[in-house]
Amino acid sequence: MITAGIDVGSKNIKAVVLRDGRIAGEAVGSGGFEQLARATELLKQAVRAAGCATADLAHITATGAGRTAVAFAHSTVTGVTAGARAANHLFPGARTVVEVGAEESRAVKTDGAGRVLDSAVNEKCAAGSGSFTESMARALGMTLEEFAVRSTQSTARIPMNAQCTVFAESEVVNLIHSGVDPKDIARAVHDAIASRVAAMVRRVKLEGEVVLLGGMAHNPGFVKCLKENLEVETLLIPDRPELADALGAALVAADRAGAAPGGRP
Amino acid sequence: MMMAPRQEYWRWAEGSWADPDRHWKDARVVTLGIDVGSVSSEAVVCLDGELYAFSTVRTAAGSVESAENAMKGVFERTGLRFDDIHYVVGTGYGRVNLPFAHKAITEIACHGRGANYMGGPSVRTILDMGGQDCKAIRVDERGKVTNFLMNDKCAAGTGRGMEVIADLLEVPIEELGPRSFDIDEEPAAVSDVCVVFAKSEAMARLKDGWSKNKVIAAYCRAMAERVAALLQRVGVEPEFFITGGISKNIGVVRRIEEIIGVKALPTPYDTQIAGALGAALFAHALYLKARGKPQAA
Amino acid sequence: MIAHYGYQDAEGEFFITIDTDRCGRCDGKPCVAACPRGVFTVEEDPYGDTVVAVDDRRRKRLRYECAGCKPAGDRPSLPCVRACPWGAMTHSW
Repeated sequence: MITAGIDVGSKNIKAVVLRDGRIAGEAVGSGGFEQLARATELLKQAVRAAGCATADLAHITATGAGRTAVAFAHSTVTGVTAGARAANHLFPGARTVVEVGAEESRAVKTDGAGRVLDSAVNEKCAAGSGSFTESMARALGMTLEEFAVRSTQSTARIPMNAQCTVFAESEVVNLIHSGVDPKDIARAVHDAIASRVAAMVRRVKLEGEVVLLGGMAHNPGFVKCLKENLEVETLLIPDRPELADALGAALVAADRAGAAPGGRP
Repeated sequence: MMMAPRQEYWRWAEGSWADPDRHWKDARVVTLGIDVGSVSSEAVVCLDGELYAFSTVRTAAGSVESAENAMKGVFERTGLRFDDIHYVVGTGYGRVNLPFAHKAITEIACHGRGANYMGGPSVRTILDMGGQDCKAIRVDERGKVTNFLMNDKCAAGTGRGMEVIADLLEVPIEELGPRSFDIDEEPAAVSDVCVVFAKSEAMARLKDGWSKNKVIAAYCRAMAERVAALLQRVGVEPEFFITGGISKNIGVVRRIEEIIGVKALPTPYDTQIAGALGAALFAHALYLKARGKPQAA
Repeated sequence: MIAHYGYQDAEGEFFITIDTDRCGRCDGKPCVAACPRGVFTVEEDPYGDTVVAVDDRRRKRLRYECAGCKPAGDRPSLPCVRACPWGAMTHSW
């Protein structure tokens, strides 16, 4: 069976084509204002990469903040459910799922089989998501990659007072002017967001192994700080953490296609 | 008294003023209040518990330096020296670090006291909206705080949030208020509260064909709704008094008044000095108390 | 005096409210020790009462400081509120 999941974030759109439980094709691109047109285009790319046709898709499920814009999807699923489904598909038995994307972060407790037991979400304040890091890297005049790596080299712990992206930009500029080492500022920024994410994990109660999903899982500065804040040795991170929600949606699509013979509800 | 000198819009100009009809040498008690804020710092001198002079300066790197700059401004204007001052109260962000202040008092308490002086004893509810924070305060007839909250965590409810939108739309900040009424129909508030996300939403609305004025109106409404929610948490009771930079944005003020159903009191004063004025008034009362005289303030 | 410590942001309103007239009558201030995150301090307010306040460093991140006591599932009573013998404290969220 072939299904597709499409994750429409406010920044990027990701499409995954799933064949018999494995990723057969994928596509990632910016969203922008024309969400439906971009989603259509990216799904086509993913289908091409999988070597099949759109007509072969038994079921398409959309997720993400812009999921309702995807008119061609057969169904939708929340990001929380999609992420949990993907996490336990990749890491069966894991109970705690943390997902940090560009504009949203969440902590989910699952039953180990992909079902959501509890969740805590931050989706409306930019300081709780990856965009906070991007803004601060910009204020320091660094690329995201450089910003992340420099953070891991810091051994000093300086506090950040501002809890808002707009105010934190000014604070970072002040820190630069007062001669604080940029790597220490980078670490303070990653520590600030990691402590906010860790607080959400406390709300669902950390249990067993922790899976980290979302684009921020690529950021070694954040990963290091999150481990410290959660007081864990390891975080389980898949190869393509940014595709997790799209994968989860494709898995949900397969469940739904299986439940409805013919796939088209 | 004379009108205070005209100030800039959000970013207040440095300046000083003294009542030309009075002289500090005629006063029995001379007190000083200093408010070191995140954007500007003020020094106010009271003579026998009456406003006499003030100065306002941009806040410098250190709170002591900022306080000294403000103090210098008011001393140069009046010819006062530090030794002529009987009692000094410090307030604001830097209140704990002023070595020359006799006492530090919270900015909330000082603000309540200062607004009570400027708006009169009938003032019960005060909204102070500055560059980086927003305060909602209830006071009794003597200016004593009975209920308060302060929001300085999130830029969306402050002047800073307005500046970001003004920059994004390339509209001078003092035009935001009037332009927000130059629209065919009042739009719904911007749905994203966070300034970072609201920027994207504003861009999307412009792309949908909204005029800049309509976007400004939607943003002013969002801000008014947020501030009104804070005011309702402390409870609104007339008279209602607004201080800080936001009092000059009629786009936000009129919408707040509409939501809470109460009009704000007009005032001839430069309301920026409310905190420092309250500190100087506290200083007066504390001085009299220390000398064992009955409290006049 | 009713003192609201905390903030409003896009995620909601996060305030701890203390009735200082009641709080001022309390000698032990057991809420301070009851908080696992050290959120509270004791200070003299401008009107001469010795009262509990939220530490300035914690005020702007209350939602996160209090997260451990506010699980996403079943919500037990809060240790600070439970500890207060005068019923002087409430949380807005």
